[in-house]
Amino acid sequence: MLSLRGIGKTFGAVAALTDIDLDVAAGQVVAVVGDNGAGKSTLVKILSGVHRPDSGAITFESRVVDIPTPAAAHRLGIATVFQDLALCENLNVVENLFLGQELRPLRLNTVAMETRSWELLRRLSAKIPTVRVPVAALSGGQRQTVAIARSLLGNPKIIILDEPTAALGVAQTAEVLNLVERLRENGLGVIMITHNMADVKAVADVVAVLRLGRNNGLFDVKDVSTDDIVAAITGARDNVVAQRAARRGEAGNVAAEEGLPS
Amino acid sequence: MKTTDSPTVVTVATDLQDERLQARDGLRGAVAALLDRARSGDLGMVPVAVGLVVIWTVLQILNPVFLSSANLVNLTMESVPVGVMALGIVCVLLVGQIDLSVGSVSGLSAAVLAVLFIGQDLPVWGAILAALLVGVVVGWLYSQIFNRFGVPSFVITLAGLLGFLGMQLYVLGTKGSINLPFDSGLVNFAQLAFVPPWLSYVFVVVAAGVLFVSGFLHARERRTAGLSARSLPVLVTRSAALLVGLGLVVWYLNQTRGVGWMFVLFVALVLIMHYLLSRTKWGKAVYAVGGNTEAARRAGINVKAVYSSVFVLCSTFAAVGGVLAAARLAAANQSSGTGDVNLNAIAAAVIGGTSLFGGRGSAFGALLGMIVIQSISSGLTLLNLDSSIRFAVTGAVLLLAVIVDSVSRRSRTSHGRA
Repeated sequence: MLSLRGIGKTFGAVAALTDIDLDVAAGQVVAVVGDNGAGKSTLVKILSGVHRPDSGAITFESRVVDIPTPAAAHRLGIATVFQDLALCENLNVVENLFLGQELRPLRLNTVAMETRSWELLRRLSAKIPTVRVPVAALSGGQRQTVAIARSLLGNPKIIILDEPTAALGVAQTAEVLNLVERLRENGLGVIMITHNMADVKAVADVVAVLRLGRNNGLFDVKDVSTDDIVAAITGARDNVVAQRAARRGEAGNVAAEEGLPS
Repeated sequence: MKTTDSPTVVTVATDLQDERLQARDGLRGAVAALLDRARSGDLGMVPVAVGLVVIWTVLQILNPVFLSSANLVNLTMESVPVGVMALGIVCVLLVGQIDLSVGSVSGLSAAVLAVLFIGQDLPVWGAILAALLVGVVVGWLYSQIFNRFGVPSFVITLAGLLGFLGMQLYVLGTKGSINLPFDSGLVNFAQLAFVPPWLSYVFVVVAAGVLFVSGFLHARERRTAGLSARSLPVLVTRSAALLVGLGLVVWYLNQTRGVGWMFVLFVALVLIMHYLLSRTKWGKAVYAVGGNTEAARRAGINVKAVYSSVFVLCSTFAAVGGVLAAARLAAANQSSGTGDVNLNAIAAAVIGGTSLFGGRGSAFGALLGMIVIQSISSGLTLLNLDSSIRFAVTGAVLLLAVIVDSVSRRSRTSHGRA
C-alpha cells in the first residue's frame, strides 16, 4: 500500500537518510528498529509531512505522492503518533482529539465530539476519568492513549507509531499492543518505531532495520531471532549486547535476551 | 441521567462512569468545583473581580463622587475605545505574540478618518471604512513580515509603533488637529446616543433569557447523547444571577444618562469575539497555536493563516478603537493614540486574565480589565492627581496583574492544569 524507494535526506553536511526502501501492506505491522541516530525519527517526519525528502519517491496506493505538509499526509490517510505526542496542554481531551478536524466549524458540535471521544477512548480501554480536563492534568500513559485515539479519528489507512510503548506501564503496553493487533485486523498498515524487542516479537510481521541512515536488513519476524536483529542494529555479530549475554551465560544464567532494556 | 433523580435509575452518564470521579451534582457541586479550580491556580476572572472591588472601595472612600451614577456612565463610555483595542490584544496574546502598536494604528486611523471626512468631504461611512481598511492593511503587513521573515512580533510592532505614528503626523499635516463636527452621526453616537431605559431593561431580560435557553438546549442535547449536563437549578440560578446583576447595573446607570450605544457596541464585540474564540474551529486553532505551536501545525492547522488572521483582527480592532476615540473626542490630533493608550490596552488584556505566555484568556477579560484600568484612570482624575501618578499607578497594577498571571501559572503546573 505504501512504499518508499531510495529516500534520502540531509541536514547540512549530515546525511540523515540514504537510499531508504520500505514497504507496508494493508494489514501488516512493520517494525522499524535502529539505534539512536539511525534515522528513524527522520523517516517518520518525512512520512508525516514535517520534512520533505531530498531524493527518492513515495508511492501510496500505487500512486506517486508528494507529502509537503502534515495536512497532506492526513488527507492521504497517513496518521502519525509522535514520540512527543504533540498535544496542546492548555486544551482539554476532546479539543485535542478533534484539533484541526472539529465537527461543524462555525458552531462547534461539542456534544457529538465528546460522545465520539468517549467511543474512541472506550475502544482503547483508556483509563481517563474525564475528557473535560486540560491535557496538562493527564499522566504520560493517558496522554499516549489520547494521542493514539486522535490518530484513529480520521479513519487513516496507515498509522505510524513513534515509540508508542516507551512511556507506558506494563498493562498499558499490553493495551497498546492489543490495539496494534486490532488495527492490523481492520486492514490498516502500521509502522511501529521502537527500541523494544519484546514489542517487535509480540506484534510485528516484518522488521526493517536502519543503521546510520541506511537499510540494514529486512526480516520476517517469524523466522528471525532477537540476536539477528540486534546484530543488524549494531552492525556486528560480536556486539556489546551479545557480549553481555555471553557473560551472563557463563555465570550460569540462561540468558534469554528477549525484552532488551531500551 | 443523574442517579439522584430517582432511586431506580442506575444508568450513569457516559462521561461520569469512571469510579475515580467524585460525584458533583447540582448547585453544590458547581460551587465545589469552582472552589477547587480556584485553589489549584485556575483563577479565571476571580482576581480581576476582587481587584475591582478593592479599587472601587478605595476610590469611593477617597472621593464620594466616584461611584455616582454620572461618573460610572462616563466611565463606561470612556472605556470603549481602548477596550476595543484590548479585545484585539487578547487575540494576539492568545497565540503567544504581542502588538505594541495598537495606539499608533488607532491614531493613524483617527487621522485618516478626520482627513477624509473633513478634508476630502467624504461621507462619514466612507471615511470610517477607509480608516478600518488602514487597520486591515497594517495587520496584513505585520502578518506577512512575521510569517515570511520570522521577525519577532515584538520587534515588528515596535517598528510599527514608531512608523505609524510618523504616518499619523504626516496625514494630519501642518494643521496638527482636525475637529469633527458635533452634529455628525459619528460624534453623536460616541457622546450623546444612549439606550432608552425601557430598551436597556429589554436587553437585560433578553440576555438572561438567551443564557437560559441556550444552556437548557445544550443540557438537553447532552442528556440525549448520554452525557452529564447542568441541572435545571444551576441553569436557573445562573440566569437569575445575570438578570439581577445586569439589571442592577443598568438601573443604576439609568439614574443619570443610562447605557451608551457605544458601550453596547463594545459589549456586542466582546460577545462576538467570545463566541468566535470558544465555539468555532478558528477559536480552537488560536488557543492551540498559543498552547503548542508545533502540535497545532502537526494537527494540520494552518498556523501562518492563524497568525495572519489574528494580526489583522488586532490592527482592525485598533482602527475601530481609533475611530471611536476620535468620535468621543470629536477631533483627531497629533496626540491621538499616543501616551498611555498602548499600554492601557495591553494592561487591560493582561489584567483581564489573558496570559502573556499564550493559550489562556478570554474576550470577557478585555471588558473586565478595561473597567479596572478605566476605574483607576477616572478615580485618579477625580482626585485631581497629576498624570505622572496615574502612569505610576497603572504601571503598578499592570505589574501586579502579570505577577498574578505568573504565580497562578506556576500553581496550575504543579496542580496539573494547563
